[in-house]
Amino acid sequence: MAVLANKQRAIKISSRQILNAVFIGIGAVAVFLVFDAIIGGKCDSKCVIGTLNQAIRYAAPVALAAYCGLMCERAAVINIGIEGMMLTAAMVGYGVNVYAFTWLKAGGMDPALAGDASRWLSLLLAIAASGLMALLHGVVSIRFKADQIISGTVINILALGITGYFYRQYLAQDIPPGPGTFAPFDIPLLAQIPILGPIVFQGQKPIVYFMMIVTLLIHYVLFFTPWGLRTRAVGENPRAADTLGINVFRVRYINVLLGGALAGFAGAWFTLEAVDVFNPQMTNGLGFIGLAAMIFGNWSPFGALAGALIFGLGNTITTTISIFRPDIPSQIPQMLPYVLTILVLTGFVGRAIPPAADGQPYEKQ
Amino acid sequence: MPPALQATGITKRFPGVLANDHVDFDLQSGEIHGLLGENGAGKSTLMNILYGLYQPDEGTISIVGTPTRFSSPHDAIAQGIGMVHQHFMLVPPLTVTENIILGQESLQPATQFLGQLSALDRRSAAQRIRELSHQYRLDVDPDAHVKDLPVGAQQRVEIVKALYRRAEILILDEPTAVLTPQEADELFVIMRELVKQGKSIVFITHKLREMFAVTDRISVMRGGKMVGTTTPKQATSEMLAEMMVGRQVILQIDKQAAQPGDVILRVGNLQVQDDRHATTVHDVSFEVRAGEILGIAGVQGNGQRELVEALTGLRPVSGGHVALLDHDTTHATPRQITEFGTGHVPEDRHKHGLVLTFPVRDNLVLCTYYESPFARGVEIDEAHIENEAQKLVKEFDIRTPSTGTLVGSLSGGNQQKVIVARELDRPVKLLIVNQPTRGLDVGSIEFIHRRIVEARDRHTAVLLVSAELDEIMSLSDRIAVMYKGRILDTLNAPDATREQLGLLMAGVKGGAHV
Repeated sequence: MAVLANKQRAIKISSRQILNAVFIGIGAVAVFLVFDAIIGGKCDSKCVIGTLNQAIRYAAPVALAAYCGLMCERAAVINIGIEGMMLTAAMVGYGVNVYAFTWLKAGGMDPALAGDASRWLSLLLAIAASGLMALLHGVVSIRFKADQIISGTVINILALGITGYFYRQYLAQDIPPGPGTFAPFDIPLLAQIPILGPIVFQGQKPIVYFMMIVTLLIHYVLFFTPWGLRTRAVGENPRAADTLGINVFRVRYINVLLGGALAGFAGAWFTLEAVDVFNPQMTNGLGFIGLAAMIFGNWSPFGALAGALIFGLGNTITTTISIFRPDIPSQIPQMLPYVLTILVLTGFVGRAIPPAADGQPYEKQ
Repeated sequence: MPPALQATGITKRFPGVLANDHVDFDLQSGEIHGLLGENGAGKSTLMNILYGLYQPDEGTISIVGTPTRFSSPHDAIAQGIGMVHQHFMLVPPLTVTENIILGQESLQPATQFLGQLSALDRRSAAQRIRELSHQYRLDVDPDAHVKDLPVGAQQRVEIVKALYRRAEILILDEPTAVLTPQEADELFVIMRELVKQGKSIVFITHKLREMFAVTDRISVMRGGKMVGTTTPKQATSEMLAEMMVGRQVILQIDKQAAQPGDVILRVGNLQVQDDRHATTVHDVSFEVRAGEILGIAGVQGNGQRELVEALTGLRPVSGGHVALLDHDTTHATPRQITEFGTGHVPEDRHKHGLVLTFPVRDNLVLCTYYESPFARGVEIDEAHIENEAQKLVKEFDIRTPSTGTLVGSLSGGNQQKVIVARELDRPVKLLIVNQPTRGLDVGSIEFIHRRIVEARDRHTAVLLVSAELDEIMSLSDRIAVMYKGRILDTLNAPDATREQLGLLMAGVKGGAHV
């Protein structure tokens, strides 16, 4: 009886998921047709592949931001400070890249080697900087049980202040020439797969590939390991976890720090992969879009990736439209990804259910 | 052979409270030891110490003769102690297997080197759960999601969870509070089976009947001290109640046969929805007459809350009608309903019954503060309110330092007395009481029961909603049983038996499940 009910429920859920997938498919085709019409029928198969490849690139920071939110919220810590963590990481990434390169070169290192060294060093320090912000969020909201929304807001404002200061002081003018961003590369073998290869495994930079790996990794950790089980238990019913000898605070700290590291990757994408400059508005709300993708994906990594890809696609199409049709005011296509996000969130997602203890500080009895 | 568990001289102080005062407690191997006491007697503190959640200030604990110390539940679990908490410690969206292995996960051997990042071995865990379930006759489905299980099954999951951790000693904290009488009987069968296979059980309850039904020995706590230990053979209900309260208690309410008068409340085909817009009250019709108590029995969550909220104007009615005397109150506001002569003792006294941060005196006039003599125009007359409060505090034996004390700092029993005083001080024609004695001490229960019967004898119509079958049976003149939002049957109280009511509460009517 109970088993039967379970099966029925499973079927019901999957039929809704199928429906969603069909909607997304129809939506994607429709978007392409409209897009093709707008740019005057110039989108051939090569253009489609290029657009999708570009969409993945743009989706990477959003997906990584979503994974940051996901790691935190699965352990019941709301993190709206992702934006600030990303901005800090972007600034640190750019600054370290430029100055480390200068020093290494002055020290007599081969320029190519110095470029590589400073890029990887700056990625590492960007992650560390974001992690430091996450630690602050963790201490304030886990240890001192402050309101997590306020703590997250404070992180965002703090990041604006810090990055603004360093930007005006060191990164606005008279900057020494930097080594530039990471170089794109293909994944051997996988890049040869027809259609999928050129879309997914060709011409991306390290953080984008990292995003793909980390999607699988988070899925595995959350749903197939003791750590994931404990994280989910802490997010749903921390007291139950506590009575079984699980250290609720430790689980939350580690997840928030991991989230911070992921936000660090997302931030580093801006200055170590996308463009070789830093400006204080450059994260442009993508941290919050990441949270939207997380909700869209119902707090699961693949769902969040789907949300991020929708945003990435919107972003790519926008860019293409403004190139082909300079007569359309650029503000209109630029709205598209955000409008798409709102539509998707309110539209056919259904009710997303957050972890039951989300946002509640844990009080030991 | 030394006892399975022995606690000697346990003392635990909390700021301002001596929760455990040199308590001695022992559990023999293979016995069910009942622990009885009112709320605040120190039972939970003692059990939390035995489970490692608190550390005692003084005293020692030995397991099978070996002294030991628990600094966290982890240590207690390692020593073979398992606890089934009153509020289940389960994670609803996870499966039964996931809930049971949480914190002691079985891993795929090949990935074990990854520590907490190695892969879970759900299959072998589920297999072990099936074996345990078979061995102890605890019916659980390892693959079901906990949120889909009825409470009885969730409780079995909790027991399997303890057994999975190789518990030899089980602490069951008020396990029957959420069960129907039949489910409770099933639990007792399970408990005996566990003991037969060598486990030892501490069974905490405040229901005297259950003590006699299942225990080998009974210990009673009062005010943080162990009062004494006896056996079911030697003890009587009166004796245990006296040990719990420290004075003689009248367990049986002394009441005359009802003399029903005119119909006061008439409910016809009432439909009510809950917060998620699911209909939780279906087509409910009944009448309550002046001078009678209609008891609504049923396991919690079968629509009782929504029914009471609809009758008191706190929740919109989606179909049917409610009439109070000659007034149609189907869509009346709470104040209109109050002014027509309804008193309401709500289920949750903290949320809906009192303003905890207001003093006693203000809480006593919450229904009438805007009327003469408590209000003069827009102004409140403090002196009148103070007089009224003094009078009620004396009349209803509310133990408070002063009428200016914040209600939130009183004990549960005295808080409930504040509500009862406020609602009965007016000339009410209908009294709606929902779970009037939940969590109260025996003395307060006795007092509130007496007041309810007195109200009936003054020709008030009383609607009593309670999940405690004993309360329903001893107070009601007629008993309606609610199951899944419907009234399955209405019985005359003198003819109703516990078994009959229990079956109805489980949804069985005329031998068939509805």
